[in-house]
Amino acid sequence: MEPASRLDQNHKLSLKEFPYIIRWREDRCTRCGRCTAVCPVKAIEPAVNIQRTVTSEGSSPEPKVTRRLTHVVKQSTDIERYCIGCGTCALVCPTEAIFPEYNFQHKFYHFKNKGGIPYMRGGRRNDPSVSTLDKLKFTRISMLTDPALDAGRHEFRIRTLLGRNLSADHLPIKVEGDRLTVDPNVFVPPVREIYPIRIGSMSIGALSPHMWEGLAMGITYLNEVEGLPVVMCSGEGGMPPSILKSSAIKYFILQIASGYFGWDEIIHALPDMIEDPCAIEIKYGQGAKPGDGGLLQAYKVLGLISKIRGVPQFVDLASPPTHQTKYSIEEAVAKMITSMSMAWGFRVPVYPKISGTKTARAVLNNLARNPYAAALCIDGEDGGTGAAYNVSMDKMGHPIASNIRDCYLDLVKQGKQNELPLIAAGGVGKAGNLAANAAALIMLGASAVDIGKYIMQTAAGCFGDEYNRCNVCNLGKCPRGITTQDPKLYRRLDPDKVAERVVEVFKAADVELKKIFAPLGRSTELPIGMSDALGVGDKDIADRLQISYVC
Amino acid sequence: MCRLSAITSSEYISPMENILSLETMKEGHDGSGLGLMLKDLGGPFKDLKDFPILSTICSNKGVEDLTAFMRSRGFAEKFSWEPAIKNVPGVERRDHYLVKVYDYPAEYRDKPKSEKEDLLMNTRLAIRKMGEPDGSIFAFSFYPDVLTLKEVGDPLQLGEFFNLDKSDIKSKIVLAQGRQNTNYAIYLYACHPFFIQGYGTMTNGENTAFVPIREFLMGRGNPGYMGYNSDSEVFTHIAHYVNRSLGYPLHYYKDVITPLKEKEIDTRSDAQAIRLLKRSLRPLCIDGPNCVIGFTPDGSVFMVQDAKKLRPGVVGGVPGKYGLMSEVCGLDSAVPQRDKSTDIFPMKYDMVIIAPGAREVTVWNQLHA
Ligand code: SF4
Ligand code: SF4
Repeated sequence: MEPASRLDQNHKLSLKEFPYIIRWREDRCTRCGRCTAVCPVKAIEPAVNIQRTVTSEGSSPEPKVTRRLTHVVKQSTDIERYCIGCGTCALVCPTEAIFPEYNFQHKFYHFKNKGGIPYMRGGRRNDPSVSTLDKLKFTRISMLTDPALDAGRHEFRIRTLLGRNLSADHLPIKVEGDRLTVDPNVFVPPVREIYPIRIGSMSIGALSPHMWEGLAMGITYLNEVEGLPVVMCSGEGGMPPSILKSSAIKYFILQIASGYFGWDEIIHALPDMIEDPCAIEIKYGQGAKPGDGGLLQAYKVLGLISKIRGVPQFVDLASPPTHQTKYSIEEAVAKMITSMSMAWGFRVPVYPKISGTKTARAVLNNLARNPYAAALCIDGEDGGTGAAYNVSMDKMGHPIASNIRDCYLDLVKQGKQNELPLIAAGGVGKAGNLAANAAALIMLGASAVDIGKYIMQTAAGCFGDEYNRCNVCNLGKCPRGITTQDPKLYRRLDPDKVAERVVEVFKAADVELKKIFAPLGRSTELPIGMSDALGVGDKDIADRLQISYVC
Repeated sequence: MCRLSAITSSEYISPMENILSLETMKEGHDGSGLGLMLKDLGGPFKDLKDFPILSTICSNKGVEDLTAFMRSRGFAEKFSWEPAIKNVPGVERRDHYLVKVYDYPAEYRDKPKSEKEDLLMNTRLAIRKMGEPDGSIFAFSFYPDVLTLKEVGDPLQLGEFFNLDKSDIKSKIVLAQGRQNTNYAIYLYACHPFFIQGYGTMTNGENTAFVPIREFLMGRGNPGYMGYNSDSEVFTHIAHYVNRSLGYPLHYYKDVITPLKEKEIDTRSDAQAIRLLKRSLRPLCIDGPNCVIGFTPDGSVFMVQDAKKLRPGVVGGVPGKYGLMSEVCGLDSAVPQRDKSTDIFPMKYDMVIIAPGAREVTVWNQLHA
């Protein structure tokens, strides 16, 4: 018998191809419509089904067929409206009638290239496996040979230095009698004492105004009330002039990237700045998308952003992959570092940020010889981004652990490990272990670590994860209001609550760091490069990082 | 915890005094080793003060190698001394505990002191390198007017073994350390006190920041910053680095190994300098419960400790004789006639420096300097 409709559905996708499948329970659903209204990508819609019911009453079978219309919530099989698994529908459903379920057998990547446009998204590398950082443990515990410290009562000093530390034999120090004096006519590079966990570069265009404000309020509170000198990087795209001209600018690192977005405003604000920024970060690369420039898609270039960045609304803002002035590493780095230093009268540390790469040591060695280079920030493959090609995020980059270790050991060989601080980023707190990951990187040789995704997740409830959940940060549709310029969406996010969480997160991390450092017997200086405290149950990792293998 | 006993005196004393004070401080098993470092020597060395003294332990083969080596380097032997060993159960006797005094090679005799010191250090390192693989030679110090004796065993027994109570070996400064409890298969190069170019120090307490400190020192470009069989060797090298290489007055050693907090630095008149120092020498912060006792080339003797030291060391004595000990009972043994009420327990900001000749004790306070 021929079917009433064609069975040939080729060229259509089945739900099985999709990364998230919506579980909807008809018996619980009250058809309130909240889920379909809230879904950021219109992956679900109200639909009408015809329901055929066969009933029979009486002593002998007398089947009666009834057909009635029912309202259902239907998941789209249009690849442009794929369910991102964000769970916002579940969040608003009053009867727990709906939730997304991850589909391990999905073939999403096979199809997400319609129109010849590769899949683009925000977020992080979709690799849920346990990271190297999470495999490291702290195995040197003082007890009797050496008194362990009381994390709760002992005084700890968890601080780090950002800036070029001259070696002692280059200090302008003179001996006068039995005192040391400093020759005031000799230049000493600026050095900042900061908290070793920083909020890494996330631009005011990538983040919503509420998110950015929440973070800024949080770090200001940490500095001014809690006495924790936490600093935050602006990302590419400038800063609101009100902050540039306020005393809070000292808690911020201004980033200059290849698009120079926002720098017109910054340069104009210079004469009115009452404080210097904490530092200047020159972005040469980003761990999440090595070799790619910054990207702010047109959906997010609205009023405030276009003003700060000095561009028209609704245009894609793509920064070139490299700085236009870059003809050679010597020229690019030396020139930019010197000119940025000059802009602030050599009072502000200036350092480059690169993506994790096998060639990091070449960059490092170039910097080691540049007396104005204040640090090197390396962003590993697990770093996040607001927008990038999936292939860049998933397949490009270098893990941070061995990159930092190699660079540190290279500096050790040259005796310069204290002169040029290394800042590690990318995947810190990936599985929620912020303090442990930070401490491990410090013991591998980092002077400080940067966090990005972690603070979005913990302070603002970002849904993103390594199963590609949500990750539509690039589209301006962020269901949490974190990475969108749409007031309807970012209204959902309360900046005060974000700030409160930022403070909680750093205070908790501070306690955890003490819990790690106390049994190691360290309280005065950050245990940078204290690799003998680390152990790992994987021989290859142990050999590669030159730490002990434990089992 | 290791026991430390240092005595500085205006008269020549026997190292046996230190060993007896170590004995009073003994708490439990103590067979891990004894190190003695004597400076400003009397007895047979009294008139050889300008000539470098090499302190070694050698096998028979080691002695031959050493003799050939020193000859090839142009060092002429002036005097040789070995303790009259008395066999003691429990102490394993090695072939030779050889102490030799040399004259400098002719081309070095008129060289400046620092060049001579470099020659001595490099020669000691070369001897170490030659003798270490097969254990045929251990070279502990090579410097004028300094003698080192080391061996594994109980200090009192070792005193007998080296026949020290009858020996004419005497000096005005003695550092003695008895390793206690935690080490078994002790390697002679891990035995305190450690020496480099006129600086000798010994320490107790575990050094938690050992690895970063070692890596930093090894990057200073000084071939003498090596060894590190014990985590305490770094304390000697830091003293050498700060005082000799950088040329800073001795009390800055305290500022380097136990730096002040940022706010405290403001109280100092040299705040600017020590703020820079603290940053540049950040990896040398010891950050651990250590007490360091040592001497410098001019014969000053010092004690310094970290705030985390739970049982601080003590300094006390009478003009002309002071003891620097890890326990007060050691001091009672060494200088019983002193006024105990003047004993100094250096607090976290203090560095005690006793001038050469045990003349004067200064407590240098880091906060009020
Ligand atoms: S999980 Fe998110 S994307 Fe999927 S249907 Fe629910 S709201 Fe829409
Ligand atoms: S919640 Fe917002 S920031 Fe987080 S992954 Fe989704 S879109 Fe990106």
